[in-house]
Amino acid sequence: MEFLALTLAGIVSTGAPLVLATLGETLTERAGVINLSLDGSILLAAMAAFAVSLLSGSPWLGLGASALVGILIAALVAVLGSVLGRSQVAVGFILTLLCRDLAYFLGHPFARRLGPELPVWSLPGISAVPFLGVVFGRHSPVVYLSLVLIPFLWWWIFLTRPGLELRAAGERPQAAFARGIRVQYLRIVYTLVGGALVGLAGGAFSLAVKPGWGRPQGAEGAGWIALALVIFGGWHPIRAALGAYLFAALQVLGITLQESFPGLPAPLFQVSPFPVMILTLLLVNMGRTGWVQNLAFPHPGLKRWLSRWQATAPAALGRDFQPEKEG
Amino acid sequence: MVPSPQSLGRIIAALLLSFLVTAAVLLLADAPPLRSLGVLLQGGLGSPAKIAQTFAVSVPLLLASSALLLASSALLLTFAAGLWNIGIEGQIILGAVFATGFLRPFPEGGGAFLMAGAIAAGMLGGALWAVTAGFLRTWGKVHEIFGGLGLNFVGLGLTLWLIFGPWRRPGVASMSGTEPLHPSLWLGELAGLSLSPVSLTVGVLAFAVVVLLLRYTRWGLTLRAVGQNPEAALLFGLHPNRRVIEAMAVCGALAGLAGALQVVGVYHRLLPAVSSNYGYTALLVTMLASFRPRLIPAICLFFALLNVGSVQLPLQLKLDSSLSGVIQGVLVLAVFLVQGLEERFRTPGRGR
Repeated sequence: MEFLALTLAGIVSTGAPLVLATLGETLTERAGVINLSLDGSILLAAMAAFAVSLLSGSPWLGLGASALVGILIAALVAVLGSVLGRSQVAVGFILTLLCRDLAYFLGHPFARRLGPELPVWSLPGISAVPFLGVVFGRHSPVVYLSLVLIPFLWWWIFLTRPGLELRAAGERPQAAFARGIRVQYLRIVYTLVGGALVGLAGGAFSLAVKPGWGRPQGAEGAGWIALALVIFGGWHPIRAALGAYLFAALQVLGITLQESFPGLPAPLFQVSPFPVMILTLLLVNMGRTGWVQNLAFPHPGLKRWLSRWQATAPAALGRDFQPEKEG
Repeated sequence: MVPSPQSLGRIIAALLLSFLVTAAVLLLADAPPLRSLGVLLQGGLGSPAKIAQTFAVSVPLLLASSALLLASSALLLTFAAGLWNIGIEGQIILGAVFATGFLRPFPEGGGAFLMAGAIAAGMLGGALWAVTAGFLRTWGKVHEIFGGLGLNFVGLGLTLWLIFGPWRRPGVASMSGTEPLHPSLWLGELAGLSLSPVSLTVGVLAFAVVVLLLRYTRWGLTLRAVGQNPEAALLFGLHPNRRVIEAMAVCGALAGLAGALQVVGVYHRLLPAVSSNYGYTALLVTMLASFRPRLIPAICLFFALLNVGSVQLPLQLKLDSSLSGVIQGVLVLAVFLVQGLEERFRTPGRGR
């Protein structure tokens, strides 16, 4: 029982950066914008968080820096993509590579140094409860932030007026524009907010989950997993977060396996989430292909099962929207 | 090929902007900007040996870029968003793996025949990996960015497993790679220079073939039609899905060729960094060229120069060599920015 509780606590904390990044990207994509730069953004934000907290002595300033870096990168996506009409995918991909190299270049003097970490908070009340206290009671503040954000974003996106406008901007921008919603403005705002969360994911890596900076940091690849999880989660914060915890569980399992097979190189375990990523994407997307639909046609049960996994992207995702052009 | 004053202005604006951003990055890293850039350029151009190395590095880049050019042309939805064969990095890796696997039974060496076989095996490996990503897209609706990227990591995992497992050097399994090939299986180099005339010729030829294919053959025309308007292409009976697979196969074969040349021409073994990020860099090259093929060789050379020169940075200035990647990325973004600003303020009816 104790072992299970500790494992779950490990999953909640290793999953925190993935959850933050996945939630941030879900918000951005709900508004119709793809910020593909996650893998680079997270690394650069992680580096900035570590460097700032080392230089200033305050991990809180570092965490702020990580959010700021995320916002700045998202701003580039917004300006080049939404405002100047360049391909969002192209801009995001260039930023992925650029930010990664920038992180390694600027982070060079900070590599393999000891630096401050975020404190661990024990929640009064909860930490005394037997099982739940171990799972949720003692974590870094960023972990609590990731936990609180999951229900909050679900409420915001699906139950509030601004959430309705957000979805309208991503699904039917022309209709939303005609109804007086400031589509362009909303898209930029949610790109920046999503970017802030992605940045915080980087900070969560270097200040809490995988403390420190180096090449590799250990956060490499996480951004791509987060991008895939947004699809797997069907652009729904709760489902996306569950996916993130699933991957965190695999990672925790991987660490255990690594101890049992000391002969295998550590990077091998770092690449292991990616075949799983491809399979999950197959699972959520295959149901929409013609040949699978034909195959499943005589089996209503199979069809229902497939459609339960299916995820539909916001209709205007990645499409440029220029109000002046719509007339 | 004289650029118009307008495009010349665009190039100068983008270069100036990139220079300013790079200088700012260098200042942030507490490095002297002009001296660092000087070291970088001298590292790539300082001596005949270095110039030769720059050419040598540009070959896989050129191969990869011409391969990418083909794939992107196949699905150019717009000039900037084509078939996003991000999997090219893994296709290079698989080319290297297949070439090494083909040569492993011959520790005593051999001749040109064996090397040709290794290169063919590499092309097959790259093509298989690319076609896998293609089928994931056409049969599974998994976007090629995720399919390809996932396969890149799988390819890297495969390489690591081989190097530390079945193909490890007797006694010393390490990141330094497999047992080196017999010297008779190394591509010949120009005297005193690390540049193989064979790879250079192959790179230039492959680029020319791709350009000719795209411009002058019926197949190239169909690919471009599919890329620009998949719906219409379907109605015209051009089989968009089949074209996607074909484009991926040819692209993967060329990437695999690049990987095989890395093995027989450069490293003479399989090691984890065998693809050297050339696939990703080639994507940047193709974007910087805005899919205008004639610009690609020059950009490849310039990017290769940055890569070779950046090796001097840690030696002379204790800076990280990733500066070359920073400059490459900044350049492409700067070009995007200048193009975007120009469109916004020149096109009537937009932007006011």
